[in-house]
Amino acid sequence: MNLAWILLFLPLVVAAVNQLVLRKSAVVPWVSTGSAVASLLLSFLLIGKTGGPTPIHWASIGDFHLDIGIQLDKLSTGMMLVVTGVGALVHIFSLAYMHDDEGKARYFTGLSFFMFSMTGIVLANNFIMTFIFWELVGFSSYLLIGHWYQKESAADAAKKAFLCNRVGDFGFMIGILMLWGITGALSFAGMKSGLTTFITANPTIWIGVLSAAVLCIFCGAVGKSAQVPLHVWLPDAMEGPTPVSALIHAATMVAAGVYMLFRVQVSLGTEIFHQLPASDVIAWTGGITALLAALMATQQDDIKRVLAYSTLSQLGYMVMAVGLVAGEAGMFHLFTHAWFKALLFLGSGAVIFACHHEQDIWKMGGLIKKMPITTATFALGCAALIAVPGTSGFFSKELILDAAHEAHSPLFWVAAFVAVLTPFYMTRLFVVAFLGKHRSHGADHAHEVGPLMWGPLVLLALLAVISGYSFIAGFSPAPPEHHGNGFQIGMVAGISLAALVIGVTAGFVLYNGKDKDPLSIPLFRNRFYFDSIYDNVLVRFFQDTTAAIINFFDEFLINGLLVGGLSRATASTGNLFRQLQSGSLQGYAFAFGLGVILVIYFTVFLQS
Amino acid sequence: MATLNDYLFVSGMLFTIGLAGVVIRRNIIIVFMCLELMLSAANLSLVAFSRFNTVKGLPDYNGQMLVFFVITVAAAEVAVGLAIIIALYRARQTIHTDELTSLKG
Repeated sequence: MNLAWILLFLPLVVAAVNQLVLRKSAVVPWVSTGSAVASLLLSFLLIGKTGGPTPIHWASIGDFHLDIGIQLDKLSTGMMLVVTGVGALVHIFSLAYMHDDEGKARYFTGLSFFMFSMTGIVLANNFIMTFIFWELVGFSSYLLIGHWYQKESAADAAKKAFLCNRVGDFGFMIGILMLWGITGALSFAGMKSGLTTFITANPTIWIGVLSAAVLCIFCGAVGKSAQVPLHVWLPDAMEGPTPVSALIHAATMVAAGVYMLFRVQVSLGTEIFHQLPASDVIAWTGGITALLAALMATQQDDIKRVLAYSTLSQLGYMVMAVGLVAGEAGMFHLFTHAWFKALLFLGSGAVIFACHHEQDIWKMGGLIKKMPITTATFALGCAALIAVPGTSGFFSKELILDAAHEAHSPLFWVAAFVAVLTPFYMTRLFVVAFLGKHRSHGADHAHEVGPLMWGPLVLLALLAVISGYSFIAGFSPAPPEHHGNGFQIGMVAGISLAALVIGVTAGFVLYNGKDKDPLSIPLFRNRFYFDSIYDNVLVRFFQDTTAAIINFFDEFLINGLLVGGLSRATASTGNLFRQLQSGSLQGYAFAFGLGVILVIYFTVFLQS
Repeated sequence: MATLNDYLFVSGMLFTIGLAGVVIRRNIIIVFMCLELMLSAANLSLVAFSRFNTVKGLPDYNGQMLVFFVITVAAAEVAVGLAIIIALYRARQTIHTDELTSLKG
């Protein structure tokens, strides 16, 4: 059981040692990578364990204890495998990718700190601990997005990510408190019985109250998992180093929202969620996110942005599945998506690295001859993402489509349309970047990356293909009942195959051999104007008004009255008393004489 | 024969003159002399009280004893005070209190 504590605190110790002792030493990357690999091994050792060690009372107020505790079950150990697995491979990849970076010690310390925070979310046994680590994850994401903080865009993106997350987290905190009020328990284990008591006590209003609480908690997931309308930070977060995008903004952190939602569902009892209106809201938010993000992805030119929008779209699928109370399907998609999306991001990282930090797909081209291993692994990742039959993505997406089909007819067609768009934009990306002829100097001089980089790619490519089959899927956080091995052909599968064929054909026909984008849809290219609306409405009105109010408080009340007033009062009192120090000897003597006379008057004459 | 009140009246006059001199005069030597005048006023009243307060037919000599102490202390004070005034004159080339205003706030 102590293994779990080691698993949780090892990355923190490593991050602390890196930051406080080793600082800019060249061994920092190796220490961090070692700890990530050790975490992976520990996660393997923890598979199948249940229960958890005795929690530590972190803070006690009377009888109330805030615990730091670990909950081991299928869900958390499976999720740990994803986190540490992708984490270890990303660490190894980063060794090569960040080799020439000046701040690589800082970078690896940040990665270790992220691993700590993410482990905390996954292993948490109560909601307060989830919230603490939820914030820590946001913070480490901030650090890593802003790794190249000298670039203004990176610093802005880091700030934006942090603020967007904070907006969601505010709702999350209210949701936690509401749920605490409803169930009387903070630990996941104690929630169900508390909820049953609440339902018997309030048979009429429990649906509304619980829905409100779940929606508030969902706010947290909207922020962290970048659902509409708080999705705007994720594409901007691509300013960070590419391995960070792979680890945090594709495989693990953004999936934390889905994981947390599913954890809440399991803790409260899945069947209850069928009755909650909140589930519909969650499902539709996911569906809309999936659709909008897929549409936006079709018109992006930056290789990482295409992948970022595709991540948004897939996260939308997962959230939709959770909303449809088919959380197993969502978690299974999370499991497979983590591998192939990390693969795609690391692949794009390798491409960017080889093309001398060129990210525009229209300036690449012909990479298949220059970088065969990367191209092959990237192609496998694409195949998994667009759900080619036989790959892991096919099985997991199939489950989600199945769930949508069984539950909710309109959402099924939304999901099916997204399933057309996904192959379309991935084919576009692949055809433009890897096929054809080179369109820039950088792409011409690209050559295959070293084994430290293609090693993780090959491993991830392998997992992208086989993780849908039961011998791997059995490790996933919530293994679905029927996966790769027990798959049946039906109407859903037919539609999904048709979508795949339509998407790939359209993408290939439209983009093969083109040197510039034949399509131009400003609405998609400008991301549905979300950012400009936020800039113009939120920033101009809300932020400026708030700034004016804050300025009034700051300048007038605090600075003028409190700080300035106090200092002015002191100075003027001092000035007043300064006048007494006339420097005239006789003045002092006179005052002294007067004093003596007064003393005599009071003591002698006033006595009687 | 002069009564106790006469002595005390003279003593009070002396003290007032001394205090007025200390407060009004600008020459520090005069101020110093006025200080001595105030001490003398105190001595005079002490002696007067001593004379008019008889214990077993004799004056109360405690008062006169105190006068000797005061005179002794006054002598010592004059020695120190004059030394300070001379040092002050050497440092500032003046003994007028109007011009000694370094302590003005």
